[in-house]
This record gives sequence, structure tokens and C-alpha cells, in this order.
Amino acid sequence: MEYQAKELFAKHDVPVTLGIVANTPDEAKVAAEQLGVVVVKAQVKAGGRGKAGGVKLAKTPDEAYEHASNILGMEIKGLTVNRVLIAPAASIEEEYYFSFLLDRANRSYLCIASVEGGVEIEEVAKTNPDAVKQIPIDAGTGVDEAKARSIVAEAGFPEALVEQAVTTVLTLWKVFVEEDATLVEVNPLARLEGDILEALDGKVSLDENAEFRHEDHAAFEDKAAADPLEAKAKEKGLNYVKLDGEVGIIGNGAGLVMSTLDVVAYAGEKHGNVKPANFLDIGGGASAQVMADGLDVILNDAQVKSVFVNVFGGITSCDAVANGIVGALDILGDEASKPLVVRLDGNNVEEGRRILNEKNHPLVTLVDTMDGAADRAAELANEGA
Amino acid sequence: MSIFLNKDSKVIVQGITGGEGTKHTALMLKAGTNVVGGVNARKAGTTVEHTDPDGNTVELPVFGTVAEAIEKTGADVSVAFVPPAFTKDAVIEAIDAEIGLLVIITEGVPVQDSAEFWAYAQGKKTRIIGPNCPGIITPGEALAGITPATISGSGPIGLVSKSGTLTYQMMFELRDYGFTTAIGIGGDPIIGTTHIDALEAFEADPDTKAIVMIGEIGGDAEEKAAAYIQAHVTKPVVGYVAGFTAPEGKTMGHAGAIVADGAGTAQGKKEALEAAGVKVGKTPSETAELMREILKGL
Repeated sequence: MEYQAKELFAKHDVPVTLGIVANTPDEAKVAAEQLGVVVVKAQVKAGGRGKAGGVKLAKTPDEAYEHASNILGMEIKGLTVNRVLIAPAASIEEEYYFSFLLDRANRSYLCIASVEGGVEIEEVAKTNPDAVKQIPIDAGTGVDEAKARSIVAEAGFPEALVEQAVTTVLTLWKVFVEEDATLVEVNPLARLEGDILEALDGKVSLDENAEFRHEDHAAFEDKAAADPLEAKAKEKGLNYVKLDGEVGIIGNGAGLVMSTLDVVAYAGEKHGNVKPANFLDIGGGASAQVMADGLDVILNDAQVKSVFVNVFGGITSCDAVANGIVGALDILGDEASKPLVVRLDGNNVEEGRRILNEKNHPLVTLVDTMDGAADRAAELANEGA
Repeated sequence: MSIFLNKDSKVIVQGITGGEGTKHTALMLKAGTNVVGGVNARKAGTTVEHTDPDGNTVELPVFGTVAEAIEKTGADVSVAFVPPAFTKDAVIEAIDAEIGLLVIITEGVPVQDSAEFWAYAQGKKTRIIGPNCPGIITPGEALAGITPATISGSGPIGLVSKSGTLTYQMMFELRDYGFTTAIGIGGDPIIGTTHIDALEAFEADPDTKAIVMIGEIGGDAEEKAAAYIQAHVTKPVVGYVAGFTAPEGKTMGHAGAIVADGAGTAQGKKEALEAAGVKVGKTPSETAELMREILKGL
């Protein structure tokens, strides 16, 4: 969110005014009393806040109170606004755009800069693409002062701002590298009255894989806005994404689980258009506890009518997976109440199928092929709907 | 024949003494791989005990550095089972030692570390596969990675995939034909060997008669591969793409599997591949069936 991005900017000496975060209209009023004329800004992880009515100028503390009452609780792109940022109003003379980002296609980084308009950058990119400079950054050498100067020159910052721009570019590069970001965006980077360059709004995307060296990054997670099932899964260390559908999915390996969702969606076309309810990758282990945790999350999804467990035994053998399923059903007891379609293949599959057949659990149906099992799971979901 | 890995490859394991390193060294040996030693700076000079495919006990030497391991054993392939925090250093060490092929199994490497070692590898002698991948197998000859060697034997198909379990699934579906080499290139946003690198090598390999290419949402690797196939690949290629039902803006398990701002969709990748003359299956089994029809006609 903006206020968090600004905190990271401030930490690395990017020119920025933090403002005050308010969770209630009263707090917004108190903040405005300190800051004078302010802008009340919705804090959600989404673009287009201004267009959605989530950014308002307040000339008095009472106006700040009123705007905050309207903005708090508002939904922007499906996200509820739980807090607002009260920022001192600035008199903007010009707006620029600046970002560093991961450039997947070139396996390196890219700097995007434009001195022709900030917040309207997407429009500028369409109508006047030459005004948006894309400058490759070598991941080996990064951005030193000479590189920062060449970026500022190529972007075409006005003469009076060159030195400030160079410093800003270097501090933003520090944010990008030292915080393990995949995106650091300032939009707008503004020329204020008196030729002062300042980051008025920003966005930072952080690499989750780098969390082990950034303990402070956990605080940026927006737990209130997270889906409750996703939050529960995360607590249990499960790789889960909630979707809108009726067939719960458990599988091993990201690629196979994505493929399972697709196969279920195709099968659903023949069965009342039921859809996959989630992505859940239980990885290589598939112990009884992991299986139980996974089933527990999925069965708590009220939309789910059937569950498809699709496992290919690679390193993990299918008998271990079968024991995991049996153990999970024992752990869950009466809480397991929806039909389970299981497809096992690969390492030691005969033993895995034997274990499930022997147990003969009333909820479990074993189907030999992935396509066949998807069809059965969709059919059951449609019957249960 | 095969690509990148064969029975003459001499393999070392970076992280041979760790849990994963120990388990998979045993499985690589069982698959017939010529594993000649490993690296762990803190346990240099010791040995680890394993069993060769004939059931004989072998003592594998542990070296302090990759360079020393190469000097003493003539190793030309390294497989890295190193925690994410130490992966970058391990990769740079292997590049400096001029290992020919480095397979990075580790999942969860910070993407800036990958960007940095990829930049470092430019103009050097090391081919990198991964990170976050199952590695490479030439069935009947050698395994450098974690792909189960029991799924399929050797045959005329070349396989390249971003995903590990879809590699296994496809090898299983087509085990009646078998594979020259199957390579899992990994699901991270920045990886070493790409679909195109593998396609180029399979095209040049006389024993590979047809190619299966498996992709997934995120990035533009499949679109680039499609353009490459159209221009340079004469062998039949069958494709599969996972993630048609993935919502925008959500990472689906693999760090690189994300549809962002409408780019990187499965539909777009499928269309690009089909425009290049590649038959794309709707499901893994349909994809296998398309490959079977092609092989029957050859």
C-alpha cells in the first residue's frame, strides 16, 4: 500500500512526505488539524483509487472527517478500504513517472521513466510512446552514479532538477536492491513549488522468496484484506489460492495442480458448469498431517461440493499418499463430509490403490485416470449443488 | 543420443551431505549416473557412503570446492541441493570452476540472486538449468536431478517442461515410447536454460524424432519458443499449456506462474504455439495422444 511504500522510501532517503495513517474519521480529523490542507487517500493494494473516488482534497479538518467517513469502508476493485492516508496537500507544477522493475523477458532489470505526465503514464505510453523511456539495467553492475546520471539525461529531467533527480534515482535503486523488490514505482514523482522533487505516491512489490533476509517484510502483509481461507492455509504453510467454484482440488506440484484445475473446468462443462474451487499444492511430502490440513481448509469452503485429490507419485510413493488420505480422514472424523475422488499414479501405485480399496471409506471413490477422475468429481459436485 | 547429459557425464553434488543431497545422490546412482563426488566446504576430506546399481558400496569423496572436485575427478556436471540463502554463492563458485552443466534444484531462490548469477554466467562456460526445477534425465544413461528414473525408459521423444510433476505425468503417459532426454527447466521468473535452448538441442539430436513442450502461465517464454519453432524446428512438436483457469494477479505455486495485466495467459500461449504449427492438447492425456499419432506416422 502507498503508506508502506512511502515508509520504505523514507528508510532509504527517497524524498517523500509520510503523512499520517488514519483508521477512523476522528483520527483523520486530528491528523488534518496538524497538517493543514490535506489529501485523504484510500489505502488499498489497487490502482485507480482516484477514479474510484478514493482520493479527496480536504481544506479543513471537518472536510477531512467527512471524506474519511465516505472513503473508509468503500470497496475499490473488490478490496475494502480499512485505512486512509492523510497527506499534506502539495502544489504540483509537473508530474513525472519513474520505476525500476524485474525484466523477466531479458532476465535482468529495467528502468522506465517519463517526464511527460505521471499518473497518466498509460495514456502517454499509447499516444506518445517515445516519451516513455525504457532503459535496461545490467543485473551484474546495477546502478551507480554514472548510470544514474545517464538515466536522468535519457529521461530528460529539467536542468534545475538534475542533481535532485540523480540522488532520487540512486535512493530508489537502494530501495529496489536492499529490499529485494521486483517493482519500485513512483507515480507521480512531482516537481513542487520551488523546484523540489518529491515522491508523491508509490508502489513497491517485494519478492516473497527473499523474506528470509527481510524479517520486517511480514508486517506489510494485509491480513485484514486476505481471504480467510487463504489466511488459514498460509498459517499451515500450504500453497493455496481460493477460486470461485464447487470442486475442491488437492494435488502435488504446481504444474500438475494448475493442469488439474483446467481438466476439472473442462469436465464441468458437461456437469452444470461446475468449476474448480481452489489451487492447493501439497508438494512432495503428502503426509497424513499435510493432507488433513489441506482437506480441512477445503472442506471449510462452503461452496465446495466435492474434492478431487490428484497425485502423481514421483519421489513420494503412492502408498504414503494413500496412508496420508486415510490418516487425514481419521483425523477429521465427522468433519469430513463431502465426497472425495482420488486418482493416484506413479511410484508404487498398486499398493496405494490397495490401501484405499481395503479401507473402503464411504466418501472415497478411486478413479484410474486424471480425466476420468475429474469427470467424476465434477459430476458429484453438480449432484451436491 | 541425448542432449546435455549422457552415460559419460561425471556428476558431482553440491550439498551432497545434506538431507536432500543424500537422498537424491542415492537415487541418481541407482539410475546409473556416474556420480563421482560432492562438495561441502565444512566436510572437505571426508567421504559419504552410497550403493551403486549393482549393490556394491561406494565411498564418494567430499571436496571443499567445485574447482577441487573437478580437478580430482574430471567432473563436468554439478547438481546443486543448496538452501536458497546460499544458492547464489554456490552457483558463482561452479561458474568460476567452469563446470559444463549446472543443475539448480533449489526452490525459493530470491529472484535478484538469479538475475545476478545469470548476468555473471554470460560469456562463461557453464550451462545452467533451473533454479526451482526437477533437473534432467537421459533414461538408461544418467539422471542429474530428482526426476524418478523408474517412470519411463529410453525412446524417441524429447521433452522440455517448466513443471516437475507435469514432466513426470507426461513421461508416464508416453512410457510406451520413451524419451531421449527429459528436461525440467523450472518455474521461476528467471531461469537458465529455456524452452528454446532445449528445442535447439533436440532439433540437433539425431535420436530425437519428436518433441513435447510443456508450458504454463506467466512470462513470454512459450510465445518466444513458438516463434523459434516456426523458424528453426523441422521435427514435429506437440505442446501443452497449464493454467487456463488461473485468475489474474495470483501466483499459482511457481514463483513465475502469474498472469499480470492480461499478459502471460495460457490462451495466448496456446494460440501462439498453434500459429506456429504446434498441436496443443487440452489435457495431458490428449497431448500424449497427439504425440502417439505423430510417432505412429513416422
